[in-house]
Parts: sequence; C-alpha cells; structure tokens
Amino acid sequence: MPAKAVIPRAALAGGIGGLVAFGVARVVAEPLIGRAVDYEEGRGEAEDALAAAAGQPGHDTGAEIFSRTVQGTLGLGAGTVLAGVALGLLFAVVYTLAQPHVTWRPRVLALAVAGAGFLTVYATPFVKYPADPPAVGHEETIGDRSALYLAMLLGSVVFLVVATLVGRRLSARLGTWSATLVGGAVYVVLAGILMTVLPSLGELATNVATYGPAVGETPQPLRDAAGRIVFPGFDADLLYAFRLSSVTAQLLLWGVLGLVFGALAERATARSRDDAGSVPVSTPA
Amino acid sequence: MKGHLVTTARATARARATATTAVGNLPYLVGALVVGLLLFYVLGFDEGATSLFGNTMVVHEFVHDARHVLGFPCH
Repeated sequence: MPAKAVIPRAALAGGIGGLVAFGVARVVAEPLIGRAVDYEEGRGEAEDALAAAAGQPGHDTGAEIFSRTVQGTLGLGAGTVLAGVALGLLFAVVYTLAQPHVTWRPRVLALAVAGAGFLTVYATPFVKYPADPPAVGHEETIGDRSALYLAMLLGSVVFLVVATLVGRRLSARLGTWSATLVGGAVYVVLAGILMTVLPSLGELATNVATYGPAVGETPQPLRDAAGRIVFPGFDADLLYAFRLSSVTAQLLLWGVLGLVFGALAERATARSRDDAGSVPVSTPA
Repeated sequence: MKGHLVTTARATARARATATTAVGNLPYLVGALVVGLLLFYVLGFDEGATSLFGNTMVVHEFVHDARHVLGFPCH
C-alpha cells in the first residue's frame, strides 16, 4: 500500500481510537479528575488558612479560561480524538516503511505497529513517569518533568528500533523465535538502564529542597506549625484508579487504531488485487 | 464498456503507483511525520514547559483533562 493510501486510513483509524478512548475517559477518568480537582481546591484553601495564620499572603489561583464542564467534555473529546489522529499519522509513517520488510498480512502488521506504538510512546515512559491526576505534580518542575518524559519516550523509540535490528540480524542464525526473544531482552535491558539513570520525580533537586525526600510528587499530609495534620495527603486509591483509567484509555486508543486500520488495509489491498486482474501488484502475502 | 475502461485505467494507475512507491512515498511520509509530530507536541506539551503561541494558556487549559488522561506531564 502506498503512503498516499495508508495515511488517510491511519488518520481515520486513529481518530476512531481517540473517540473510544474519549468514551472511557469521559465515563471512568472524568469523575476521578473531578475529585482530584476538589482535593486541589480544598488543599489550596487549607494552605491559605495556614499562611494567613502565620501572617503571610495566600496564593492567587488565577482566573479560569474554560469551565470544568468544557474541559471535561469538549476539551477532553477534542484532545483525545486529535491525539488519536496525530498518533495515527505517526503510525502511518512506520507502517509504510515497515511494509517492504515483512511478509505479514496487513492486519497483522497493523497490530504489530500499534503494539510498538503503545509500548514506546506510552507504556514504557509510564513505568518510570506514570500519568498523574490534577493536584499531583508541582508547577515549578514542569520543565524538568516534560524533559524527562520526552527522554523516556524518545529513548523507548530508539531502543525498539535497535532491538528490531538486532532481532532481524540474528533471525537467520537463531530462528525467528529465539531472535525475537533476544530482541525483546535488548529492549528491556536498554529501557531498564535508562530508567535507572534518570531521576525519579521525588529526587529532583527542587523537590528535595522544598518537600524533602519522596518517591514522587503526590501531596503528603499538610501539617500546621505544631505538626498536626490539617489536611490529608492525596488519596492513594484515587491515584491508582486514575492511573488505571489512563492505561485503559491508551490501550483502547492503540488497540482500536491497529484493528480498524488493519481492517481498512485488508479491504484496500483486496480491492486493488481485484482491480489489477492479471496485472501483478505487490501485496503482502 | 465504459466500466471496463475505468477499471483498466485504475488498475494501470495502481500498478504504476506501486512501481514508483519508494520515491512517490517520500513527500507523503514527510508530511505525515511533520503534521503528526506537531499535533502531538501541541496537544501534549505546548504551553507547559515551552510554548509556540506565546505566554497564553488557552490550548493548555482546553485540552487539560485529555493531557492528564493521556499521561502527559501537566502543571
């Protein structure tokens, strides 16, 4: 399939994947985000009260540009669908380039590329820097966190390319099964090394200086001058449920992208084979 | 007859498209890559650590919830 035929189908499949992810996000994630925002506001008020008691000015929370309703419906929908289209476009590039190197049917290659996308663009970075709901994450470290997340993401993509090349090179000598296992091991080891080298969010110098040593940026209980807890830490179950909903949404986005594109590609290649009649057209077996 | 001609023309066009795939694909692939990456960046990262649209928060605030759910760093 030429790129001209792959790209619109992949963008459509990605948009549909994004739409399905929006469904999950709307029903499962949005109520959790709402509770996280409530926590953030409650904590802000408690912090202001503490500051006032100590004779310091409170924080200005700033004006709202979009209401929570807009963010949770239109914004969430547009964001997930457009993210699906963007990932579909990147999927199209990899699918087109991979085609000549495999003898798989279109739907098998489609699922493999989608799986690779999920693994490198989301799952591997998530292991080191998991998705956080509102209230979790310090504003002053957004630069560090963006750079670290991007490093994990780009590293994962490069490592999978390296692992694939190693696997292909070894497949003649070891056979497909063993060569694939070696390639997988190469990916896991390289990703593991990068995760060990990069700091966890709690280890960032700014965070250690302000909050003391911690695993991440999840808000701990707020204490007054006497050490009494005046506002609880962030609910661990809420954090877990939110992260699970994030994984579910991304898994569905990539899964639907791969399956829908696979079906569209099968149909397109079958049609071009029919049209071609006796003219040989190179289609993956 | 007309239908047959159209089919033949399409088949020829397809065969030609397949023959010139390697060269013909390049502009499309570059286009998809650039648009895909730009969209990915604007949705996931812009108006966070860096900003294309100056010091506004419109995009950030609009896709705020999507950014959290999709796992991008936020705030």
